[in-house]
Amino acid sequence: MAQEHAPAPHPLDETAVEQCVTDAIAAFDAAASIEELKAARLAHTGDKSPMVLANRGIKDLDKDQKKQAGKLLGAARGRIQQALAARTEVLEAEHAARMLIEETVDVTTAPRRRPLGSRHPITRLQEKVADVFTAMGWEIAEGPELESEWFNFDALNFAPDHPAREMQDTFFVEPAEAHLVLRTHTSPVQIRALLERPLPVYVLAPGKVFRTDELDATHLPAFHQFEGLAVDKGLTMADLKGTLEHFARQMFGPEAAIRLRPSYFPFTEPSAEMDVWHPGAKGGPQWIEWGGCGMVNPNVLAAAGIKDPDYTGFAFGMGVERTLMFRNAVPDMRDMIEGDIRFSAQFGMEV
Amino acid sequence: MRVPLSWIREYTQFPAEATAEDLMADLVRVGLEEEEVHTGDLAGPIVVGEVLEKHPEPQSNGKTINWCQVRVVPEGQPQTLTGEGIDPSGVQGVVCGAHNFEVGDKVVVTLPGSVLPGGFHIAARKTYGHVSAGMIASVKELGMGEDHAGILVLSTLGLDPEPGTDALELLGLNDSAAEINVTPDRGYAFSIRGVAREYSHATGTSFTDPAHGVTLPESPRPGRTITLNDEAPIYGTPGCDHFVARTVTGVDAAAPTPPWMAARLRLAGLRPISIAVDISNYVMWELGQPLHFYDAEKLSGAIQVRRAAPGETLTTLDDKQRTLDPEDLLITDDSGAVGLAGVMGGASTEVTEATTTVLIEAAHFDPITVSRTRRRHKLPSEAAKRNERGVDPLLPAIAAQRAVDLLTQLAGGTDTGELTQVGEPLTPAPISLDPTLPERIVGVPFGLPQVTEALTAVGCSIQGQETGMLEVTPPSWRPDLTIPESLVEEIARLVGFDTIPSRLPMAPAGRGLTEAQQRRRTVFTGLAAAGYTEVLTYPFYSAEANQLFGRATQEQALPMVRLANPIASQYPTLRTTLLPGILDSLRRNVSRGFTDVALFESGSVFLPGESMGSPEIPGLGYYPGDDTVAELQAGIPHQPHHLAVAVAGHEPGDAVGQPGRARDWADAVEAARKVAQLLGLEVEIRQGAHQAFHPGRTAQLLFDGALIGYAGELHPKVVQDYDLPARTSVMELNVGSLIAAAVGQTSAAPISTFPPTTQDVALVVEEDVTAEQLRQTVVEGAGQLLEHAELFDVYSGNGIEAGKKSLAFALRFRAPDRTLTAEEASAARAGAVDLAAARHGAQQR
Repeated sequence: MAQEHAPAPHPLDETAVEQCVTDAIAAFDAAASIEELKAARLAHTGDKSPMVLANRGIKDLDKDQKKQAGKLLGAARGRIQQALAARTEVLEAEHAARMLIEETVDVTTAPRRRPLGSRHPITRLQEKVADVFTAMGWEIAEGPELESEWFNFDALNFAPDHPAREMQDTFFVEPAEAHLVLRTHTSPVQIRALLERPLPVYVLAPGKVFRTDELDATHLPAFHQFEGLAVDKGLTMADLKGTLEHFARQMFGPEAAIRLRPSYFPFTEPSAEMDVWHPGAKGGPQWIEWGGCGMVNPNVLAAAGIKDPDYTGFAFGMGVERTLMFRNAVPDMRDMIEGDIRFSAQFGMEV
Repeated sequence: MRVPLSWIREYTQFPAEATAEDLMADLVRVGLEEEEVHTGDLAGPIVVGEVLEKHPEPQSNGKTINWCQVRVVPEGQPQTLTGEGIDPSGVQGVVCGAHNFEVGDKVVVTLPGSVLPGGFHIAARKTYGHVSAGMIASVKELGMGEDHAGILVLSTLGLDPEPGTDALELLGLNDSAAEINVTPDRGYAFSIRGVAREYSHATGTSFTDPAHGVTLPESPRPGRTITLNDEAPIYGTPGCDHFVARTVTGVDAAAPTPPWMAARLRLAGLRPISIAVDISNYVMWELGQPLHFYDAEKLSGAIQVRRAAPGETLTTLDDKQRTLDPEDLLITDDSGAVGLAGVMGGASTEVTEATTTVLIEAAHFDPITVSRTRRRHKLPSEAAKRNERGVDPLLPAIAAQRAVDLLTQLAGGTDTGELTQVGEPLTPAPISLDPTLPERIVGVPFGLPQVTEALTAVGCSIQGQETGMLEVTPPSWRPDLTIPESLVEEIARLVGFDTIPSRLPMAPAGRGLTEAQQRRRTVFTGLAAAGYTEVLTYPFYSAEANQLFGRATQEQALPMVRLANPIASQYPTLRTTLLPGILDSLRRNVSRGFTDVALFESGSVFLPGESMGSPEIPGLGYYPGDDTVAELQAGIPHQPHHLAVAVAGHEPGDAVGQPGRARDWADAVEAARKVAQLLGLEVEIRQGAHQAFHPGRTAQLLFDGALIGYAGELHPKVVQDYDLPARTSVMELNVGSLIAAAVGQTSAAPISTFPPTTQDVALVVEEDVTAEQLRQTVVEGAGQLLEHAELFDVYSGNGIEAGKKSLAFALRFRAPDRTLTAEEASAARAGAVDLAAARHGAQQR
């Protein structure tokens, strides 16, 4: 765009110079954009602008007049530059603000680029239970899933022909002479812990176990248990009950309680079934069968080479799937084995 | 064990108005767990009626119905019942389709307002041109049996009651039963006698022992000769220690079973069969002693109890011929085997309707012998169930007498007075009990009186109270009481488990999770955070699935663990790999509409080695010694801890509408790297081959030079056979070995703050040189100053000789103590180029 320039004033013409300043300031103020301001700047401060031309005229003046004109024009140009700077700042700020408005997005369109996966609630629940016990100073013990019959049965005082063995619905391994079974409970870890560790022993053993149960809403042929074992001087059923109550409160809240009923397990004497009072149960607070427990049978301690009669112990075991079922209101155990991503996604990283 | 309420009331204070639920609530306190309630499912008014008139009326449909008048009140008395359809005259008009009755017969009439099993409500209704006000009932309609041939004529049961009599009470149909679960240690509770005793313990009320109601003969005559001749006792225990036989003559084996007995047996879950069988079952249920009745006329000669001879056979009552095992204990006569001791009798000496002389067997058998025979011949029976759990050894003579009494009373029999009794009952041995032990085990300060009172209540006799140690002799019916702790349980149970206080024991300071346990969690959580969903699958596979996924080539041996009793016959082996399971889950997700799936599973696989198990297993109650335990351990197959990943479909897109990247083999390799990285390790990736994988897209995973797994794309054929999404990619490695290697602490190196110098290098190599091989050479050749080398370009084609490729790496150099000069970096780079040339024939591009 061609610039039209006003005529240059005489360097000593105060009125004309003042008019130039006024014109320049007005032009800057009128500029609505950085582009318009650039045009105004060229018109009023460019090489051919009146003030620059007037300035060039100084050299033709007398020495005295030169001084006077320099002073007049210098002040005038200063005011013009100041106005230009001020207007530039305003317009640049406006421009920046407008840019940000233009970059506005709908933040709800943010894609889920790297979604988290999820932990399986059964493994996560085992970790959580382990944490409850390690916080009490207990340790986490482990053992193989394919076990020698001695660890799974005989060492736990299951006589070879006793009906109690059949209650376990055992998966036997070929050949029968190998005396190997898929462990029917986590209890063989009791023997392993007692053989491997110095007394006193306080261990929790979570793990996978197997029974020849047909798959249905409350039975899986492969499932998980946690087994607790404490052997120390002077332990009684009161210690068993206290431990279970503490555990129950961590799992089901401060109002949870434990009720023991007489029962029978070859590896404990006395033996009990435990019910837990579940204050948050679906369908209202209620007693729920949770597992089995008892005082370690002396034959079990003997099988692990413990002869000192001052040592007594207690043990308990419960199903992890069952616990998850009533703790987290899972309606069907089969959901836990199918691997449907929606099932685990409900729990995320926690349980 | 089902307990009819009328039966338990005979021997306890169980209140008349109490229900089966009440009984179960009491029994659970002493350890008999509740199962369910069984009832006859009938509601009155159901009464005895006398048929006054019976008019056959042929119908157009070909049937003939009987229009009957039935008097349902005593003669000459008014009807006291009221209700819609009940005739005040006491005579009901009833239409009946059956014909097996006559005028004058006494029958059961279900009056309007009554309810039959299955919720069938009776009302007066119009049918065949009459108003039929009720029904003449059949055995089946009353829930008394399956026989629906005709209606129940009461005279066939030997009954002649007054019309109007409550038929429910008459026939025992208003009774119900509580079913309880009896733990295997308490065989005595498989009887009314035992449950009644437990009820008295639970409630503190009195109890009458039914065994005490039986009077034994004072001067019996010698009966049939019996010998106990066990030449091969198991664990030194004779198969039969005590055998009692009685003989009853003149039995009417066709006599009807009285309704009260039949009703109790039905509620107990036993089908009434015939008077002899029913009496034998009734005595067993009442006292807990299994009996066997022989037709004495079919027995020849003396009875001998012995083990089977090799090849000997016996046809049992269920008409199956069984080949016997030399361990089977038999009842024999001159003809050979006539019964499997304690399990089931033989067919040849069975009591039939023609039987008149019955020989009653009541014996005490070794539980282990019975148990093995029962399992060997797959013959679960009520007799075996009790014999296996241990029957009161003092019962045989009493139970035999009870059977004699019932045969005499109900089947017209005559007691011959003959009694044969051989052997000596083995009763429980005394136990020394330190009276402080109960408190030390249970944590309740029982006083001595509480201890002795509880033990006395369960039937123990106690001596030595003055000496400090108690000599406790358990009662004959408690063979399970063998150690002091078993007595402690009795005391705790009778005093009540609810009295046990609660105390939290202080464990010594623990070490927390082991390093390996912590790292396992890190891996799982890390993979979940990286987008994988953890799954758990079954470890039971087909042998074919193991053979395909569990080994790299067909030629490789793959020992597997086989189950003797798999849950499904097509999955008899234990997993040697996690892949089939995780792929199963993947396929399920896809079929449910989730086509973009990334899964991981971690668990044991089963890899049997040379030794498989142990032929000898130590017995109970002793430490078998370090060597034996080590042998047992050595026989347990290797069970390494594996981790597998399976991916299919796409990654999520980076923006709305932008498709995500398709998942492929590289995700599988990346998963392996992630697992290693989560453990602070690196796995080495090598070009590999595995029969289940795409031949050109398989990575071997190595750690410390050892092969620990595979990663890559599945073979398209496998993808097709297993119905998986195209390009499904998997990874599996032995995570246990990685975790073991990871345990330990990191030593931190100083971080150089000097600026890096970067240079690139492009090398042309043969096609078969992998990028990783070349990268390692570059790293080695460049020396200490090289901080990092990253592949950034792979190129073949124009300008590159055929069969070769160009691999370009970005090199980052840095020194710990100075700013590197360009010359130093170039010299290091030249070292890399030289080594690549020497090792791979690489040329700089």
